Amino acid sequence: MKIWPSIGQMRWGWFLLGAAVILLWPVFFDTHTPTILLVWALFALSLGLMWGYAGLLSFGHTAYFGLGAYVYAIAVVNIGESTVPLLLAMLVPAIVAAIIGAMMFYGRISDVYMGVITLVVSLILFKFMSATAGDKYAIGDARLGGFNGIPGFPVLNVPGLPDVSLFGVPMYYVAAVALLGCYLISRWLLARSFGRVLVGIRENEARCELLGYSVPAYKTAIFSISAAMAGLAGCLFANWAEIVTPSVFSLRSAAEVIIWVIVGGLGTLVGPILGAMVLGMLKLLLSEQTVIDNSLILGFILVVVVLAIPRGVVPALQGWFGKRTRIRTQRAVHVRARRRVAAPAPGRTP
Amino acid sequence: MSEAVVETIELTKRFGGVTAVDRVNFRLGERELRCLIGPNGAGKSTFFKCLTGQYPLDHGSGRILIRGNDVGGLRPHHIVRMGVGIKTQVPSVMNGLTVMENLWLAARRTHGWDRCGSEVQRVVDEVGLGDIARRTVGELAHGQRQMVEIGIVLAQEPWLVLLDEPAAGITGAEVERLVSLIRQINQTASVIVVDHDMEFVRMLGTDITVFYQGAVLMEGHVDEVLADARVREVYIGNRA
Amino acid sequence: MDYAAVVILEILYMISFIALVSAGLAVVFGMMRVINLAHGEFVMLGGYTTLACQRAGIDLWFSMLILAPLVVGLVGLIVERLVIRFLYGRMIDTMLATWGLSLLLIGIVTLIFGSSAVNVPTPIPGYQLGAYQMGGYNLFIIGVTVALYIGMWLVLRYTRLGLIARGAMQNADIAASLGYNPRTVYMVTFTIGAALSGFAGGVLAPLTGLLPASGGGYIAQSFIAVITGGAGAVISGTLASSVLFGAISQIVSFASGPVLGDIVMLGLAIVLLRLMPTGISGRFFRNSQ
Repeated sequence: MKIWPSIGQMRWGWFLLGAAVILLWPVFFDTHTPTILLVWALFALSLGLMWGYAGLLSFGHTAYFGLGAYVYAIAVVNIGESTVPLLLAMLVPAIVAAIIGAMMFYGRISDVYMGVITLVVSLILFKFMSATAGDKYAIGDARLGGFNGIPGFPVLNVPGLPDVSLFGVPMYYVAAVALLGCYLISRWLLARSFGRVLVGIRENEARCELLGYSVPAYKTAIFSISAAMAGLAGCLFANWAEIVTPSVFSLRSAAEVIIWVIVGGLGTLVGPILGAMVLGMLKLLLSEQTVIDNSLILGFILVVVVLAIPRGVVPALQGWFGKRTRIRTQRAVHVRARRRVAAPAPGRTP
Repeated sequence: MSEAVVETIELTKRFGGVTAVDRVNFRLGERELRCLIGPNGAGKSTFFKCLTGQYPLDHGSGRILIRGNDVGGLRPHHIVRMGVGIKTQVPSVMNGLTVMENLWLAARRTHGWDRCGSEVQRVVDEVGLGDIARRTVGELAHGQRQMVEIGIVLAQEPWLVLLDEPAAGITGAEVERLVSLIRQINQTASVIVVDHDMEFVRMLGTDITVFYQGAVLMEGHVDEVLADARVREVYIGNRA
Repeated sequence: MDYAAVVILEILYMISFIALVSAGLAVVFGMMRVINLAHGEFVMLGGYTTLACQRAGIDLWFSMLILAPLVVGLVGLIVERLVIRFLYGRMIDTMLATWGLSLLLIGIVTLIFGSSAVNVPTPIPGYQLGAYQMGGYNLFIIGVTVALYIGMWLVLRYTRLGLIARGAMQNADIAASLGYNPRTVYMVTFTIGAALSGFAGGVLAPLTGLLPASGGGYIAQSFIAVITGGAGAVISGTLASSVLFGAISQIVSFASGPVLGDIVMLGLAIVLLRLMPTGISGRFFRNSQ
C-alpha cells in the first residue's frame, strides 16, 4: 500500500536509462562540456533537495559551493594527495552550514530573514576572498590570491596514487558517479522518516512542532547535508576549471543556481538536474557571443518563470501529463473505499 | 488521592498590563474528561496555551505539573513527547499532504517504522476517514479537517489529550460522531476540551470548569453548573 | 586635531552614504513588506540616467536632482505594473522576481552603455583640511542626506499622504478604511521608493563611478541597514542602523583597512538579526515613525 504519494518515489527504470546515457556518453562524444554540466546539476540537486522538499531557500547557496572549491584548492596545495582535500571539501561546508543553520533555525527567524542572512554570508565570502591579494594572505603553502584566485593546484588523483591524475574522461566519470550517487542518497533520505518529516515541516511547521518533532534540528540537518553536496560540486568545479576565483561567491553565481532549480521545478529531484543542464548549456552558448548579455536572458527567464510557472517546468509537465492517470487512480480509490464501507474488515466492530 | 495528571498551582499569565489568567489552581485526575468553558476573553484559551507550552511561562508566575513533572519553560514539542496529544484552535494540518500522510507523521513519533502503516489504517477506520484517506487535506471541508486533526491526536496514542474548540465548524451528525470519538479517546487518556458551544458540552455530559475574568468561577458536573445562577448570568447573559 | 576632524567627517559621510542608498528600499520594505532585490539596480540606473543627461548637455545638477529620480520612478512604476502587483503576499516569489529584474536591468544597461566603467565629473572641487586633501562633494552628500530624511519625516508627520503611509505601515487595512485602495497605495509607494533609489544613484554617481554591475555593491549595505532597522519604523529604524553600521564600518576601516570594515559590518548584521529578529525599530521604537 502506498501511503506517501506526495513524495515521488524512485523510478528505477528511468534512473537506469538516465545513468546509461550518462555513462555511455564518453564512448561517442566529447566530455569537456558535459563534465561541467554534471557538476552544475549536482549543485542544483543540492539546493533542490533542501528548497523543494524542506521548503528552505538559501539565497546564497553558492557560498558552500565556493567553500568546497576553495577548501579543496587550499588543502590539495598543502597536502599533494587529493583524497583528504576531497573529503574536507564536503566536511567544511557541512560544518559551516550547520553552525549558520543552527543559529538561524534555533533563533526561529522567518523565511525572508533566512534569505537575507544566507545571501549576506556569500557576500562576506566574496568581499573577503576578493581582498586577499598579496603574500600576507596564505594558508600554509596556498596563497589566496585575491581577485585572481588560486590557479594551478593538483587535480584529483586515484586515491593513494598521487601520480595518477584524473582528468578528461576519468574526471567526467568522477562527476557522473558523484551526481548519480548524490541522487540515490537524496532519494534514500526522502524515502525515510527524515524526508517525510521534512515535507511535513514544509507544509506546516507549527503542526510538526506540536507532533513532537524538533523542527530546528531537522532544518539544520538538511541544510548541512545540502551544503556538503554543494561543497562536493564546488570541489569538482575547481578540478574542471583548474582555478578557483572569488566569482564562485558572486551574486551572479548565487542567482544562477536558484534559477536552475526554480526553472527545473520544486519538489522534484530530476527538475533541478535538468534545469541546470539545459540552462548551463544555454549559458555556455551565450558566452560564445557578445551581442546579448548573459544576465539579460537569465533575468528574463527568472521573472517569467516566477510569474507564469512558479512551481517550475517539470512539475508543470507532470501535472499536465499526470491529469489523466490521476483521474483514473482516484476513481479506483473511490471504488475501493466504497467496498470497504459496504463490508467492514473482520474482527472490528463498526 | 491519586496523582493528578495535570495540576496547575497559582498559574498566572499577563500580557502587558492585562492579566489573562489569574492564579488558577486546577487539577485533572486519571482518565478524567473535563470541559473548560467561559465567555470570550475569560482566559480559557490562554490557560490552554500555557498547558501546551505555546505561551511560555513567566518566571514566578505559578507552576504547571504534568504527572508530577514541572513543565513550565518547556517548548511544545517537549510536552508532546511526554505523551500529550494537542489539537489547536485553528485546524492545523499539513495542507499539501494527504490524510494518510498526515496521520503517518503523527504515528511515527510514537511508533516504529514498521507499525506506522497499520496504525494509520487503524485510525482511518476508527475516525471513519476511509472515503477521504487519499485526498489532499487542503481540498477538504472544514469539518472534515477537524476530524483529520482528531485522527492525528489518536494516532499519537497519548495518555493526555488537549483539544481546543474541536466542535467549531462541525455540524449535525458529525457532532455526535465527535462526541463518541472523544469518549473513546477518554477510555485510555485524560482529556481536556475547551469549547464554548453549550450544546456540544452538554452532549459530552461531564465535569466542567467555568472560567470568568481569568479565574475559575466554579467547577462541577455539567447539569449543576448550567443550573447555577452565577454561571447563567456571566455566561448566558454575556452571550445574549 | 586635523586627523580627528577627517575621521569624523569620513564617519559622517559613511553614515550618510548608507542612509541615502537605503532610503528607497526602506520605504518599500516598511510599507509593503516587499524586499526589492533590484534595489541596487535602481540606484545604478539613477547614476546612468545622470550620465546620459549630462552627456546630452543637460545641466548636471538638474540631471541628478530632478531627472534621475523621475526616470527611475517611472521605471519603478512600470515594474510594479508588470511584475510586482501579481506577487503581493508572496514574499519569497517577490524576492526571486526582483532578483530576475536585477539581472535583466544589468543586461539592458550593458547592452546600451557597454560593460566598462564610466565616470561622471564631480561638480564641487576638493578643499584642504590641514595636511589633508578632502572631497568637497562628500560634504554635499552629507547635507543632501540630512535634507532628505528631514523631508521624509515632515511628509510622514504633517501631510495627508504621510497619514495614509503611516496607516499602511501598521496595517494595510487601515489605508483601506481611510478610503484608499491598498493596491493604489502600493503602486505609489513602489514608485516613490524607486524614485528615491534613483535620486541616491544620481547624487552618488560623481563619487562612485558607474558599472552595469555596480548595483551589487549597494545592495549588501542597504539590505542590512533596512532589515536590521526593521519594518516597524522606517525613518528612525533605518537611520539608527545607518549610524550604527556606518560608524562601526568606518572605524574598523581606519584601524585595519576597508575590506575588514565591510566584513565586520556584515558579520555584526547577522548577529543583530539573530538577537533582534524584528529589527532595531521592533525593539526600541515600537510606536514611532
